[in-house]
Amino acid sequence: MFPYLQIGPFLLQLSGLALLAGLWFGIILIEKESLKLNLDSTRVIKSFFYGLIFGIVAARISFVFQYSKVYLVDPLSALSLNINTLSPNFGLLAGLSFFFLYAFRKQLPIRTTLDSLAPGLAIFMVALGIAHILSGNAYGGPTRLPWAIYLWSDYRHPSQIYETVAALGILLVTLRKPLGNPGAGLNFLLVVALSAAARIFLEAFRGDSLIWNGGVRAAQLIGLVILAATIVLFKKWGEASE
Amino acid sequence: MKAESSNTSRLIHRTIIWALCALILGVLWMYISRAPSTLNMSVGPPPSPKEGFSAPDFTLELLDGGQITLSGLRGQPVVLNLWTTWCGPCREEMPAIEKVYRDYKDLGLVVIGLNLTSQDSEESVAAFVQELGLSFPIALDRDGSVSNRYQLLGLPTTFFIDREGVIRSMVVGGPMSEALIQSKVKNLLSENP
Repeated sequence: MFPYLQIGPFLLQLSGLALLAGLWFGIILIEKESLKLNLDSTRVIKSFFYGLIFGIVAARISFVFQYSKVYLVDPLSALSLNINTLSPNFGLLAGLSFFFLYAFRKQLPIRTTLDSLAPGLAIFMVALGIAHILSGNAYGGPTRLPWAIYLWSDYRHPSQIYETVAALGILLVTLRKPLGNPGAGLNFLLVVALSAAARIFLEAFRGDSLIWNGGVRAAQLIGLVILAATIVLFKKWGEASE
Repeated sequence: MKAESSNTSRLIHRTIIWALCALILGVLWMYISRAPSTLNMSVGPPPSPKEGFSAPDFTLELLDGGQITLSGLRGQPVVLNLWTTWCGPCREEMPAIEKVYRDYKDLGLVVIGLNLTSQDSEESVAAFVQELGLSFPIALDRDGSVSNRYQLLGLPTTFFIDREGVIRSMVVGGPMSEALIQSKVKNLLSENP
């Protein structure tokens, strides 16, 4: 684990750099894929970027509203570059909403556009795994297996490595396109379904799971809901594409 | 064209069947792998410098004399700020930390300024504290053992520790804004004693 690199007064977050690299490679793949699907790649990239920027801004605004009394005293601190002052869930929701709204307004076919995002999303998941390896986040539960790693005061499952290997597998499947290239949103659904299945399986080895009533791991339950939703959409979108 | 469509259709159906199998296995796996309900709640998480773990304990001498022991502060939220006098962002964020300390100390907040004295000098520390008018305790890590235990990777680093001695969040790098410190402190104080 090597989360930070201090160069003079600058403290670089290596996990953040891995995510930025994932974003960059992701955009390259999205651009290539949208061209293959005969989409206006500039519009696709723009919708993605605007969604991203809107999401970040919304995440900050939501945080500022949450702690409005504090920010009323020092309003300029709302412009701080610190990533600790973001509400990620609200930002994700707002960013996705803006992406769909923008794509709709620019008359981009939604399902084909989602297909163009599939390889970019898959490579970003690999970058996320690498970011977790670097930061030591998303750590595994204690184990005495021979391949356990010593991290955070215990021998643990190398859950970050499991996650990265799974993401690499999903990326390879995505690039091979086992469902062809009909542009019906199926390749995107495949990435989502595989990622959800991987999370359901690998979450059991995590040491930082959010536990709900009855010992249920929240990420597994959410993964199951997403997987079920992708099955319904597979059927619906699949029939439409036939 | 028709053959291609039929092939795609077959692949879609096969994918749906695989996904249904994954869903059923997933439900079973979720049940099998659920977290045990018989966790010994009297034993806290092991000490490690990471969110969700107990803050590694230490006893250090203070700049003004006397000693401070982290575990002796159980029941009170603690902000532990690791700093040096030569670190620019440390200097920049100190007034904000001091202000939050003054605002919330009556509610039980403890702030410890943990100086990496092994990389600093006590004279510089004393002058720095006087210059900025810092009123919270300044602990001196003379041999660097505490900063090693906290696996310090960059300066400044701040740990926000709850009443149970568990690290709830950490901020590596700075300067932190007053708003950021306040938001973290308010979260700590809002938890029941």
